[in-house]
Amino acid sequence: MADTLLSPAARTSRSGRPGAPRRDLTAYAFLAPFLLLFAVFVLVPAVYGLVISLHRWNSLVPIHPFIGLQNYIDLVTPGSLTFSDFWSSMRATGIFTVFSVPLLIVVPLLAAVLLNQNLKGTTFFRGVFFAPYVLGVAVIGVIWKYLLDPQAGVVNHLLGLIGLPDQTPWTVDVPWAWVSLVGVTIWWTAGLNTVIVLAGLKGINADLYEAASLDGAGTLRKFLSVTLPGLRPVMIFVTTTTILASANMFGQSFLLTQGGPGNTTRSAIMYIADQGLAQGNMGAASAMSYVLFAVLAVISVINFRIQREKA
Amino acid sequence: MTQLAPERLPAAAPQPPVPESTGGDRRRRPWHRRLPTVALYVVLAIMTLAILLPLLWIVLTSFKTDFDAISRPASPIPDPFTVDAYRTLSSGQQPIFRWFLNSLAAGALQTTIILVTASLGAYALARLEFRGKRIVFGMIVSTLLVPPVIFLIPNYLIVQNLGWLDTIWAITVPGSAGAFGIFFLRQFFIGLPLEIEEAARLDGASDLRIFLQIVLPLSRPALATLAVLSFLSNWNDFLWPVYVLLSPENLTLQPGLSVLSGAYSTHFGIVMAGAVIASVPVLILFTLAQRQIVDSVAASGVKG
Repeated sequence: MADTLLSPAARTSRSGRPGAPRRDLTAYAFLAPFLLLFAVFVLVPAVYGLVISLHRWNSLVPIHPFIGLQNYIDLVTPGSLTFSDFWSSMRATGIFTVFSVPLLIVVPLLAAVLLNQNLKGTTFFRGVFFAPYVLGVAVIGVIWKYLLDPQAGVVNHLLGLIGLPDQTPWTVDVPWAWVSLVGVTIWWTAGLNTVIVLAGLKGINADLYEAASLDGAGTLRKFLSVTLPGLRPVMIFVTTTTILASANMFGQSFLLTQGGPGNTTRSAIMYIADQGLAQGNMGAASAMSYVLFAVLAVISVINFRIQREKA
Repeated sequence: MTQLAPERLPAAAPQPPVPESTGGDRRRRPWHRRLPTVALYVVLAIMTLAILLPLLWIVLTSFKTDFDAISRPASPIPDPFTVDAYRTLSSGQQPIFRWFLNSLAAGALQTTIILVTASLGAYALARLEFRGKRIVFGMIVSTLLVPPVIFLIPNYLIVQNLGWLDTIWAITVPGSAGAFGIFFLRQFFIGLPLEIEEAARLDGASDLRIFLQIVLPLSRPALATLAVLSFLSNWNDFLWPVYVLLSPENLTLQPGLSVLSGAYSTHFGIVMAGAVIASVPVLILFTLAQRQIVDSVAASGVKG
């Protein structure tokens, strides 16, 4: 209590207090190393990318003529060089996002509720669920490529042993490739969302549950009327970050399905990286990355509005 | 009350006290009321096995012969038990131990750059009043929501112009410019008690001295957590090194694994041995710092 009374006096010359002495030079000296990196590798490229997208910029050709919005126009003109490949990669990213995001919210929500039951050993289980996430996507890709291999993989072998089909083309044909990509991603990252939701559950005031009990609410009623509303801010965060993560999917397709069959599972990031860095088609690839950014920004805003209105 | 551990402090979120132990209930409840608890443990056990068994299978496969790795019926126990896969990797065409050292060096370098630049910058944002502070902070935070693909092509050109393609600088310096570290440390510094710094300032200590001798020592847990998270993210980076590292001997483990998977596409034991080598360091790090890693990640949503 005492320091509550003292704190205004103790807070002289502190940030946030109007009239505090300014120390511009000191502050920018402290910030300089970070701001240098931030300017060169974040601010400059954000603008530079836009500039590149306005040029016919092929890394194999020394001259990059300014062509205005032509790269963007090409992306929305059926029959152009990039149109069908780009939108089929956007479609692949869309399919992956639509199927992975709901599962990456529901599975962690259930797992978190399970871990919040005051059972013994929950710290251990929490650690186990999170563990796959510390492995890199390259590790995840190569191990599941082996486990899901149609002939050599143990998954088909086990399915055969219990009398199910044992020839499922998990990595080489659709729709199985989608099931694999989504399933592997859940195996890999569900633990991340689980620990975030679990922290949200721990933050819900226990008195609310007690009051609901006194009002005669059952388990389901308490979940719907106390848990879900209490989790809203955390769920907005989890949904937003999961949509962004799924829309940025690259490694799973690159390693597990190589974008196949054909280019069915080639994600937008995979196509942009291939066009811009492997093929040197940098102008078009930059335009694509800004289109993807714009689509994601619109989705994020819509998602944010919807979830907030529910409140 | 001096609040050393503010509520938003990731590394120190305390577990709420457990109101009643299930052991106490057990005596009072009849068996059919205990069923739910048993059912919950069964579900938890199934989920645990679904995560651990595939990993165990991979480790066991890395000790199998090529033939054994795909033989039917499949047995989990290697027969014969062999380290041939590891031997092939250490003497073969693909310099995996070179990749291992490259990954270690890159992880250490990026972690160092982040710790130095982010802690200095975070001190200014948390403790100093200066012109343009809101703009600087706003710019840094807003990039947290920008998908990284935007920076892919221009940063490739920037790195190329700096002459950094195919060097350790390409896979460490651009990655150190992210907003996470400075944002994370700023949150921590804001929560530190002001009194000691005030006293030091009255004694005429400079900002640099306060930062080095008071703020940094008090921030060891947060710095350690940030170090672990930075190392993990550099170690696991995949897309960027695939494109900016060119010569086989300069690769790190993650793009290296992709090369292995192509070069030994039918030699599953060898590829799995590579996956084990790439995973052991991060799994050790995770085991040692599990609490810090999980708590700091968990807190990201609560404060967001």
